Amino acid sequence: MTMGLASEPSAIVVEDVRKAERTDRIVGTVQRQGAPAVLIVVVLIALATFPNFRSLDNTATILVAAAPPMLIALGMTFVIITGGIDLSVGSLYVLGGVLAAWASQYGILAAFLLPLAVCGTIGVVNGLLIAYTRMAPFIVTLAALLGARGLMRAISSEGSDTYLVRNDAFRKLGNGSFLDIGYQVWLVAALVVIGLVVLARSRFGASVYAVGGSEDAASLMGVPVRRTKVWVYVLSGLLAGLAGAINAAKLGSGVTVLGTGMELDAIAAVVIGGTLLTGGAGTIAGTIAGVLLLGVIQNLINQVGNVNSNWQQVISGTFLALVVVAQTYLVRLRRVT
Amino acid sequence: MALLEVNDVSKIFPGVRALDQVSFTLQPGEVHALVGENGAGKSTLIKVLTGVYQPDGGELRYQDQPARFGTPMDAQQAGISTIYQEVNLVPLMSVAQNLFLGREPRTRLGLIDRKRMDREAREILTGYGVTADVRRRLGTLALGAQQMVALARAVMIDAKVVIMDEPTSSLEPREVQTLFGVIRDLHARGIGIVYVSHRLDELYQICDAVTILRDGKLVHTGKLADLERIKLVSLMLGRDMAEVRREGATAFSGTATGDTEAAPVLRVSELNSRHKLHDVSFDVRPGEVVGLGGLLGAGRSETIKAIGGAYHLDSGDIQVDGQDLKKPTPVRAVEFGIAVQPEDRKAEGIVPGLSVRENIALAVLPRVSRFGFVSDGKVDEIVDRYIERLRIKASSPDQAVGDLSGGNQQKVLLARLLATDPKVLLLDEPTRGIDVGAKAEVQSLIDELAAEGLGVVLVSSDAEELVEGSDRVVVLRDGVVVGTLTGADVTTEDLMATIATEAHP
Repeated sequence: MTMGLASEPSAIVVEDVRKAERTDRIVGTVQRQGAPAVLIVVVLIALATFPNFRSLDNTATILVAAAPPMLIALGMTFVIITGGIDLSVGSLYVLGGVLAAWASQYGILAAFLLPLAVCGTIGVVNGLLIAYTRMAPFIVTLAALLGARGLMRAISSEGSDTYLVRNDAFRKLGNGSFLDIGYQVWLVAALVVIGLVVLARSRFGASVYAVGGSEDAASLMGVPVRRTKVWVYVLSGLLAGLAGAINAAKLGSGVTVLGTGMELDAIAAVVIGGTLLTGGAGTIAGTIAGVLLLGVIQNLINQVGNVNSNWQQVISGTFLALVVVAQTYLVRLRRVT
Repeated sequence: MALLEVNDVSKIFPGVRALDQVSFTLQPGEVHALVGENGAGKSTLIKVLTGVYQPDGGELRYQDQPARFGTPMDAQQAGISTIYQEVNLVPLMSVAQNLFLGREPRTRLGLIDRKRMDREAREILTGYGVTADVRRRLGTLALGAQQMVALARAVMIDAKVVIMDEPTSSLEPREVQTLFGVIRDLHARGIGIVYVSHRLDELYQICDAVTILRDGKLVHTGKLADLERIKLVSLMLGRDMAEVRREGATAFSGTATGDTEAAPVLRVSELNSRHKLHDVSFDVRPGEVVGLGGLLGAGRSETIKAIGGAYHLDSGDIQVDGQDLKKPTPVRAVEFGIAVQPEDRKAEGIVPGLSVRENIALAVLPRVSRFGFVSDGKVDEIVDRYIERLRIKASSPDQAVGDLSGGNQQKVLLARLLATDPKVLLLDEPTRGIDVGAKAEVQSLIDELAAEGLGVVLVSSDAEELVEGSDRVVVLRDGVVVGTLTGADVTTEDLMATIATEAHP
């Protein structure tokens, strides 16, 4: 016999449910809108304090600089929402740049296809290992980070050969602009919009959230868990390779020394954008805000001039720590009530 | 025409014959009870039916065709849906998304049609008594409502067979009635239902047929109405019917063991916590089992957690053996000799990935280590002692706890609590979700432990268990003690009467 036959839920329980509902709504809003709100505040302060900040040139500079990190963070958002992590993207970014610069001698198409093919393949390998052997994403992609860096150094004689981009069309893509905004910004913006729609409105996007939210439940509900995982790492690899290619187009060469730590900047931007490192929740809009926020902070520090640019990392780091503390608090708030 | 036939199906795991030539038949529109103790093979059978496991022998026939389901998705697409004991949905996604995941209505562009999805979700869920906003995150719904969403989802996939694995274990009585309404509706539509539950009342209320498994073997299959209740229990347990009758429904001895003269080992006075607890006070003497009675949300679990230092108190005094436990934290509570068995053993109790030995050792490490080094010999000695004493059934101390049956997991948890050498044992739903046989064992263990001089506080939503297991029952309502049952008044009738008395002043 079970107790409480014919019992109505007591008023306290009902009140608690309502409170939980309200808390959940507020917390959800803060998680989603927090990063854009902070970005707006920072931009407003910058507009008031730095006379040069408002210039169109400066805006264009910020956007062009943010284009490659944005692509990487875009892929990273998908990966982190599934509960994974992709440490290989910094290496893939450099590798992609070197490959694009070298391949540009065979035409603009080759300059895009080669890095996409190689980085995409590494993404496939990452994804297959993570999805099918259930190895930890951290380890698999760390191995890929080392492997891709090794590959890059091997094809560039220990990093000392710098392939110059000899294809004019490819160079123009990196330096030309439309409506005063660099071509690469338009390209990245288009991809970001596609990514946003895919994540929010496609079945694949729903699978990404489901896999990160509860892998077991997702699998029992018939979500193709493994396929979803493979795809997010492929996506991440492709976007990192593409980011490398557009950077090579802009710089006019495949620079071998950039890109270390890019993966960490991307993770930072994604987390600052409100995506949970534990997976299951996050938005592309948040990631955009996260990337731009880091970009604006960098830009402001450059404007101050006499400040050592390493302070940018100190500020970003502090900011990241604050966001993570806030996230932890918000998540706990949600659970307790 | 049978809807689903299981013919001589076997499933072998290393060292265990989990299913040994089991057969049963499910007719369209039939509600078929599947019962047995933990370890009897019910879960394995369900997993074979749903494509999680492949049978090692025998044959499945579905709609008069031989069937083989390679993955859960295959089974689902064929029309076999399952709702599991723990809700298997994604708490961070919205109610509507959970309902439609993988089958979302799409616009002409191939994108998810959110408006239509939300509208349809609302329409469907209304039929299940769920009126919450479908855009809310599933995790914010009450457990019962989540279960209804899971059920709605299962039925929605054009299911011909619905397998329910203990669907009522987290439901309130009112929700159980809604569920039964839905089941009757499915029955009328010719959908076959396999219903797994430990609650006999429910089986007799809703099921037409029954299949009983024991130790992986089929012991009975047939009409439920033809089977006397006591016969069903004895078939499940493999025990003599007379023995079952004599022992009563629970395994508690029924004799009071508490020494009414002794000084209380636990004294709780005027616990207050926001709007959850109001001046809760009671004593527990050594050897006494004090039950906490009341409805869901009455403050029973909160009281236990608060004493264990895991729930915030605004004020109140806790004394163990006359010593004040000030500012309780879980660590200090353990130091004072308080052991708490939490309500949700999976989330708060055991570490499923660790072995039996490691789980028990976790609690005793401080006692058996010297300068931070652990003596293996001492750990083994303690672990072996508890495995034997609590009759834990594991292939070896190194078996992962997650692989044990629910009853044995609970015993491992108890072992861990006892290994801290407590003076007071706080048990929150110690027999929830474990089968009849293991239940009886846990109940007699509680008796034994009390007889050895432990003070025990027992929370159980099973009124019979509470009444038969407790020497005294402190009845809570809305966080207030509304009465204490002692001696001959410790009966389910008196408990109900006390709960139903006038609201507190």
